[in-house]
Amino acid sequence: MSRPDRTIILDARALSRALQRMAVEVLELAHGTDRLVLIGIQRRGVELADRIARLIEKDAAVVPRGALDITLYRDDLETVGPKPVIGETRIPGDLAGKHVVIVDDVLYTGRTVRAALDELADFGRPERISLCVLVDRGGRELPIQPDIVGTKVKVSDGERVDVLVEELDGRDEVDLVRTR
Amino acid sequence: MTAALGKDLVGLERLSPDQIRLILDTAEPFKEVSERPIKKVPALRGKTIVNLFFEASTRTRISFEFAEKRLSADTVNVAASGSAVQKGETLVDTARNLEAMRIDMVVIRHPSSGAAEFLGNRIRSNVVSAGDGKHEHPTQALLDLLTIRDKHGKIAGLRVCLVGDVLHSRVARSNIWGLSKLGAEVGVCGPDTLMPRGIEDLGVCRFRRIEEAIEWADVLNVLRLQLERMEMGFIPSVREYYRVFGVTLERLEKASRPLTIMHPGPMNRGVEIDSRVADGPHSVILDQVTNGVAVRMAVLYLLAGGRPELADAAKRGGTE
Repeated sequence: MSRPDRTIILDARALSRALQRMAVEVLELAHGTDRLVLIGIQRRGVELADRIARLIEKDAAVVPRGALDITLYRDDLETVGPKPVIGETRIPGDLAGKHVVIVDDVLYTGRTVRAALDELADFGRPERISLCVLVDRGGRELPIQPDIVGTKVKVSDGERVDVLVEELDGRDEVDLVRTR
Repeated sequence: MTAALGKDLVGLERLSPDQIRLILDTAEPFKEVSERPIKKVPALRGKTIVNLFFEASTRTRISFEFAEKRLSADTVNVAASGSAVQKGETLVDTARNLEAMRIDMVVIRHPSSGAAEFLGNRIRSNVVSAGDGKHEHPTQALLDLLTIRDKHGKIAGLRVCLVGDVLHSRVARSNIWGLSKLGAEVGVCGPDTLMPRGIEDLGVCRFRRIEEAIEWADVLNVLRLQLERMEMGFIPSVREYYRVFGVTLERLEKASRPLTIMHPGPMNRGVEIDSRVADGPHSVILDQVTNGVAVRMAVLYLLAGGRPELADAAKRGGTE
């Protein structure tokens, strides 16, 4: 399975355990589901938010969830070569008074989260916004920190983190990939 | 991802099917932006766009302006009347003077065919055609394509008939290119005097009777009959035109299945189209207008920026 340029950080079982733990932490952080809204960042954050929501729903009420595509809020649109295909943005109802938990696969520079915060602000004024990521790979360029982390990975120059999810990639796995 | 649009959009004739699909797919998420409480995204913040209209236009100009504003671009409208154009300035001089004020894009409507391409070849800014002479009206055809795709879930294999003054219509020309590139069958129907010679060479079916067109088509795109055509002798009278070619409820009711009805506007009710048809359950005329904003946002977004030298510099690790 694992070629020399691809090291598995989390296999399917470890990823499932990580999500389970993250779901518990989300519930604790939000003090239950009353005001909780999970918003996944396109694309894999949406799948992860959905998984976490379903885990919470096993023993609690239905969790409203949404999707956010931050492409149009990027600070580097000038520099992206071919324009990225824009995914769906879907916000469940009014965010006022809600505790929004942003879910993404990998936290790196923090620029995606910065864009997501700007975009959410255009949809309303949540009471609180938290950040939940599957992988924190370090390398921040902005003062942004996650509230809930699945796993931390030290990533060197010339390496990349790939998050694979069943729904899009056919299997659940987190890999460290050597790019050169 | 490989189907970038290049610098200008002057027509659909030279776009590949993939490029057309890219625009339609990009328009999809922009529809949602117009439904937000704050109908605006910062994608084109700091870009300056000039809407240079040498012909009267309400719908197209407003649609472009909404698209620009919802992308956070700064916009200026220049109309031919009341500008230096009236004092004899050439098109290129007008555009170069605007460029000297550091603009990024020009949306141009012009009575001469080829004006948009002519301008695009002479200035650095991106140029988007909002209709040039009898040549093309690319964003109108793109919004028509998007509306057809929304309604039918596909374009390939559908039969779309353009009804009316095909001879003078840039909307018809752009539609013929776009529809055939995406695999639709295209028909045309109208009086002989308003049909370009050799139209069949573009691969379209020619219908001489509206009843035949209705029996054949899944979609009718009813073109506006410009009333000055009557004075110029192309048609005997407006009433005669309506009697022979008008898209009426009675005619549509004879068809074996309901047809989707489109019109690029502004409509002449009771001339090319029956009011009961325009306002009927199968009319998507107002959906076309809604989609127009999304399609224009997509075009502006895809053309703007994209400086390749910066793209390379930005490619440093991370899937973020």
